[in-house]
Amino acid sequence: MSAASEAPKVKNLADLLAVAYQIEADAVDRYNLLADQMETHNNPELVAVFRDLARAEGIHRDEIRRLAGEVDVVAHAQRMAKWKRGESPEEANLGDAHYLMTPWHALQLALKGEERALAFFKSIVETTKDPEIKRMADEFVEEEAEHVNLVHRLLRRHPKPAANWSSDPDPPIPQE
Amino acid sequence: MGFRESVSVAIVGSGGAGALTAGNFLLEAASIAGWQGLLTRTIGPQIRGGEAAALLRLATHPVECMPDRYDILIGLDWLNANRFEAEIEIGANSLVISDPRGGETPPQVAAAGPRVVEIPMKDMAKAIPEGRANMIALGVVGRLIGLGVDTLLVLLEKRLAGKGAAAIKASRAGIQAGYDAAAACKFGERLAGPAINGKRRWLMSGNEAAGLGAIRGGIRFAAAYPITPATEVLEWLAPNLSKMGGALLQAEDELAAINMVIGASFGGTPALTATSGPGLSLMIEALGLATAAEIPIVVIDVMRAGPSTGIPTKSEQADLNIAVYGCHGDAPHVVAAPQSIGDCLFTTQWATYLAETLQSPAIVLSDQFIGQARASIERPADVAFIGQRAKATDVAGAYKRYAIAAGGVSPMAMPGTPGGQYTADGLTHSERGIPTSSERDHNAQLDKRRDKLAQFNFGDHWATAEGAGDLAVVTWGSLTGAAREAIARAAGDGVEAGLLALRLLYPTQPERFATLLDGKKRILIVEQSHGAQFYHYLKAHYDLPAEVRVLNRAGPLPIRASEIHRAIMEWR
Amino acid sequence: MSVVDMRPACKPGDYKSDIKPIWCPGCGDYHVLMSFTRAFAELGLPPENIVVVSGIGCSSRIPAYTTCYGFHGVHGRSLAIAAGLKVTRPELTVVVASGDGDGYSIGGNHFLHACRRNIDMTYVVMDNHIYGMTKGQPSPTTEPEFDTALSPGGTGLRPFHPLVIALASGANFVARCFSGEPNETAAVLVEAIRHPGFSFVEVLSPCVTFRPDEKEWKNYVHPAPVAPTSDPAKAARRLMTDDGFNTGILYRGDRKPYQPSVGQPSIDVSELERDFEL
Repeated sequence: MSAASEAPKVKNLADLLAVAYQIEADAVDRYNLLADQMETHNNPELVAVFRDLARAEGIHRDEIRRLAGEVDVVAHAQRMAKWKRGESPEEANLGDAHYLMTPWHALQLALKGEERALAFFKSIVETTKDPEIKRMADEFVEEEAEHVNLVHRLLRRHPKPAANWSSDPDPPIPQE
Repeated sequence: MGFRESVSVAIVGSGGAGALTAGNFLLEAASIAGWQGLLTRTIGPQIRGGEAAALLRLATHPVECMPDRYDILIGLDWLNANRFEAEIEIGANSLVISDPRGGETPPQVAAAGPRVVEIPMKDMAKAIPEGRANMIALGVVGRLIGLGVDTLLVLLEKRLAGKGAAAIKASRAGIQAGYDAAAACKFGERLAGPAINGKRRWLMSGNEAAGLGAIRGGIRFAAAYPITPATEVLEWLAPNLSKMGGALLQAEDELAAINMVIGASFGGTPALTATSGPGLSLMIEALGLATAAEIPIVVIDVMRAGPSTGIPTKSEQADLNIAVYGCHGDAPHVVAAPQSIGDCLFTTQWATYLAETLQSPAIVLSDQFIGQARASIERPADVAFIGQRAKATDVAGAYKRYAIAAGGVSPMAMPGTPGGQYTADGLTHSERGIPTSSERDHNAQLDKRRDKLAQFNFGDHWATAEGAGDLAVVTWGSLTGAAREAIARAAGDGVEAGLLALRLLYPTQPERFATLLDGKKRILIVEQSHGAQFYHYLKAHYDLPAEVRVLNRAGPLPIRASEIHRAIMEWR
Repeated sequence: MSVVDMRPACKPGDYKSDIKPIWCPGCGDYHVLMSFTRAFAELGLPPENIVVVSGIGCSSRIPAYTTCYGFHGVHGRSLAIAAGLKVTRPELTVVVASGDGDGYSIGGNHFLHACRRNIDMTYVVMDNHIYGMTKGQPSPTTEPEFDTALSPGGTGLRPFHPLVIALASGANFVARCFSGEPNETAAVLVEAIRHPGFSFVEVLSPCVTFRPDEKEWKNYVHPAPVAPTSDPAKAARRLMTDDGFNTGILYRGDRKPYQPSVGQPSIDVSELERDFEL
């Protein structure tokens, strides 16, 4: 099931810029949400990791806005249809979060997100007939490839955690 | 032949004899003629065909309790009538009308030594096409007490209008026949002429009065789950709420009913339900929710004999504990109790006003006796108590639903008000309504809910205080009438006593109580509870004089004026 | 731009309050919250005109996490609270949130009657096949062999099938979603809310703490292979072979919603006295 079949339709350059913008904007929100969760659940190391990821995506987002020039990508994105299946490519799957998760886990989520985004832009390059869209989508493919590599480098700094990473000596507490 | 001020009649019959219909007719006819009266009934356990007795007391003055003894006992038949032995007392001066074909006169009836007159009501009815014995009996009693036959006949036309000409003709004939047959009976004094004073009068039951009081107080939504003896409140409200632009919803159980009421009130509509003891037990959790979330609701509990399923058709005053103390945690809320049929209107209206003003549940403790009895009463005065809850309308900034402020009542934002969004919660919450486990917030909110009740001025309606003397009869609810009559009799015997009947059971009013009991050295507590709940409640919350006596009894028999009178006299 | 859009520009963020959820990271309910806010944004309803009513349980914490009016009631009674609210304030949008314990166990009776009554509201049950808040007891939808402290070796009881019950009791809209597909869930919620009468949406929402095995659900769920039907018999037939993981709208009925007319009185209160005048 290709991502393209469930993605919002890209008919022109403005659409592409808006979708690219929204992907990054959604990623910022998602990483901040995860950072909030980690804050409430007392995992400060992961708060820092997710805030950093949110910041990085924020930079990508702002760059696309600059790239878009006069096109109001924010408004345009709001008007476009949303992703039909699953979520926007760089929205990390909330179901994979865990209160004891380690940076390795967070980066795995980020990696998956970047890979999905890469696949999305690749599919646009492959299917579009518009040369302008193709050119710009190709740029985004290169960008996302860079992000993928970056996450791989970060992963080398954080080894896979031990098998008992999620073990908590305290039992769950019923609250009601 | 002289005249008497009151007369009491019992009409007994079974299996479709129509004793209760005859009783209703008699009350209405007498009321139209200008007399005042009170009608109750006592029944067997069957749904149809069971033994039943209509019990009436008619007088030239307001009647608020049943008599000690019945002057006239008319038996359409005596089948299973021994069931009513304790409740229908007669004496040597009583007149018993018996049908020779009505079975054996119950031994306790004969033993009382009354005058017995036989009238063959069944045969007389047979002689009339579609004739009924209860119409014969109606005519008999009407004659005996001095009610004009025309009054009976005019009412008949009105009440049987839908039943067809044949039924009306038969009933006319029956009443007339009974009326004629009674000519030979020597009864003694007839009821003195009614005092025509131009005051408007109504005929209603306590349950109906409660319904009207609710609507007058502003109730526009009711949720209903049927339970004896409260169902009539809801049945009266169903069409009438709708006429007022409100609605009644039948719920699948009491748990749903009380929560529907809470939901409607949360949305801004004053809301009520009515139930009896078993239903109130089911509703207790939700009462705690409404208390904690400060949502105004009214629950009428028409008390019946308990515990558990108990005696559904009989009265008792043993839900005081659960009404006041039933919630887990500390959950103070309003509890009020009407003292008579007419007072059901006032107290329900007042309770609605209190609930809305104080953003609290208000339980109205009525009981089967006043709930289901019917009386002709003076039209109750219009009172200004209409629910007005404090609403947050112009909300700027972060809205604090449960803000701590003077008086303890914080304005409530109605859904739809922009900026007023909050989540009502049973969880302990902060001023903003956010769940918290902090010591500061928990205590602040407990203080708020206690203080809003404690600081409120309930005025003089909180209790009825009458009379003087160093003895006070302290009671509540439907026993107020019997206590009042007992005190009047004692006064006639030269013994002075005062009456203190509490209408507001919670929050307690220690200062007012002390003022009203000032100078009283003795109190006689009267209540219909096996465990003397009211006595223990008074002891817990009030300073009582040194000498206290308690006259308490469970249902099913009402506590009579004569019993209270005797207790007063014995304590001289 | 041609047509003037009268709805204020609504973003999902407008519907999310600043209160941090207590749900465990990884909980499906975070996605459900997302679906709620996305659906509300799509509908363009002002938050003050929406009331989210809930019972007790993890899922029931959701009202305070939105900027709508909320009611966090007692265990199992959310449908009753919602009924009283909606009937007296029909102009409000009422969404009821519950879990499988709150909704199908203690709330079971109210569930039946809410479907039957068909008052216009939307009932979202976040089903995780367990009692989460109280530490992992079996719920009516727990598999019979699932071992818990309160049911060693499993309950051995056949699980409740909520969609069957809803359809049989008269619900006017029946759907199942998976929390891991929040956009799809949002789209279903939009339709459910728009559909008149009682709309029931079961959302499979894994419990990361007590049902880590439910991580597999994303592999089990599959969109229903047929379009929604308005024929209850067809819907019932489909449910006979339902594996519990079919997602999508099953049934859209056309029963008229129950709503007594409320508002203006047709008489003056003094006319009620005629019942009693002698």
